[in-house]
Amino acid sequence: MSNKIDEAQVQLVAKLSRLELTENEVSQFSTQLSAIFEYIEKLNELDTDNVEPLAHCLPVHNIFREDVPRPSLSNEMALANAPDREDEYFKVPKILDDNSGA
Amino acid sequence: MDLQYKIIVGLEIHVHLATRTKIFCGCELAYGDTANTHTCPVCLGMPGSLPVMNKKALEYSILTGLALNCKIAPFTKWDRKSYYYPDLPKNYQISQYDLPFSEHGYIEIPLADGTTKKIRITRAHLEEDAGKNTHTLGNFSAIDLNRAGTPLLEIVTEPDMNSAEEVGALARELQRIVRYLGVSEADMQKGHMRFEPNINLHITRDGQIFKTPISEVKNLNSFRAVERSIAYEARRQYQEFVETGKTMQMGNKATYGWDDDNQMTVLQREKEEAHDYRYFPDPDLVPVKVDADWLGEIKSRLCELPSQMQQRFVSEYGLSNYDAGVLTADRATAGFFDKTVKLGATVKRVCNLLTQTGLKLAKEKGVPVDQLNITDEALADLAKMADVGDVSASAATTIFEMMAESGENPKKIAEEKNLIQKSDSGEIETLIDQVIAENPKAVEDAKNNPKKAKKSAGFLMGQVMQKSKGQANPKVVSQILNKKLNA
Repeated sequence: MSNKIDEAQVQLVAKLSRLELTENEVSQFSTQLSAIFEYIEKLNELDTDNVEPLAHCLPVHNIFREDVPRPSLSNEMALANAPDREDEYFKVPKILDDNSGA
Repeated sequence: MDLQYKIIVGLEIHVHLATRTKIFCGCELAYGDTANTHTCPVCLGMPGSLPVMNKKALEYSILTGLALNCKIAPFTKWDRKSYYYPDLPKNYQISQYDLPFSEHGYIEIPLADGTTKKIRITRAHLEEDAGKNTHTLGNFSAIDLNRAGTPLLEIVTEPDMNSAEEVGALARELQRIVRYLGVSEADMQKGHMRFEPNINLHITRDGQIFKTPISEVKNLNSFRAVERSIAYEARRQYQEFVETGKTMQMGNKATYGWDDDNQMTVLQREKEEAHDYRYFPDPDLVPVKVDADWLGEIKSRLCELPSQMQQRFVSEYGLSNYDAGVLTADRATAGFFDKTVKLGATVKRVCNLLTQTGLKLAKEKGVPVDQLNITDEALADLAKMADVGDVSASAATTIFEMMAESGENPKKIAEEKNLIQKSDSGEIETLIDQVIAENPKAVEDAKNNPKKAKKSAGFLMGQVMQKSKGQANPKVVSQILNKKLNA
């Protein structure tokens, strides 16, 4: 049986998610994701013609805060979990535009 | 052979909103502060943190949407746009996808010939800005997340602009509008406002229209750069079409960056990979409903817009379109002018005082013109003094400058500095009689020598002014003197 999510799609999603997968993993995820997909597709059997689209699962709207400043973290605190830093900055591998940016 | 072509431009515009705090957390917005000193678990994208919408950011957006004649949606929601970039700590940007808060508006831009043109607005939505990749350290980059979470209004226009000038006009008009509304500082150098034009050409050859591939241009930090990039792209695309005949197809849109040093666009990426942002509704944020009451309340905060004000200054006050444009460039000047004129001063006088002296002083001091220590009443008094001839036009300028220094009223300054012109005709007549008695030759020439009449009359006038120590009203002097010479 051919998988609903083929290996090319798994590779694309892996790339978009910055995941490096082995060949075995690609084939394994293709099978597993397809199974999940088929299961979810059961929902398509439901007649939703008269159901309003749902934007949020809570029946709540208009939750706001006022535009009042609150204390921020110190520079030390902000960088505490950073794998690497340079002075006050987060230090990351050089950004090479790989077309995924907005 | 020269081919006929038409430039087609649409814009994607990002505007920073001038709230005090970020869009989804209480971190203060501070341009130019030490890196990473305005962050918290929310804008750092820490697990378990939850965003809460800044009400003012939404209201500023709706206000702008209204000013741009957009339909405001009664129901709007938040979506996640997924992509991975070090300046985007959550790995998604909170934005609006299928239900933006506003759509279908337009902005009217002034054209060089004095008419206006409507540019349609496709949609405007609210999102958060990313952080800043500040500099490159060899094989590494440095990230500052102070800007991450700044409320960002994205405005998308239809491809309705057909020249660099029209795009420049739209950019300037939008800046004027958001500044009038007080929703953004809109300083392009500081990145408060970013314009990304999508440009291509419709070229006519052998009776057929060929569309060149679309270029999107980024990194435009001034109005001039925006305009020049469009002129440059038009030339480049025309040349490319002539050489290769390449036309627009699905997916051959390219991204260019503007190189301001070399005044040219530089190819950044040729073929957009099919982006898959995997948008989906953000479960952390509940939707927003804007009912009629709330919308009405926001609408009541709309001020008179700059283009309306400019038109009114022309039709109501009889100003030239140019003067009206200078006065309405910012809201402080326009409002100050309007109030002063309504106090009874002459339109042209107030206009001259403000545009020639006021704006110069304001620029020197780095404040709006209505914060020069001068009230609208005081300015109206000064203008009226000049109108009736109590002070000369040049003295009025001097007094204006002194008023800005001391905050004193114009009458007091004029008296203290001996700048009051004497218009008392009796007193002036005495001076004239003295001058006439002392200069019989000049009087004779002025009366009977057509070759020297003008020069001699001028000389006599100068003598009278000198005798009055420059304080006689020249208009009155010239009137009486002429009468006597022609008697």
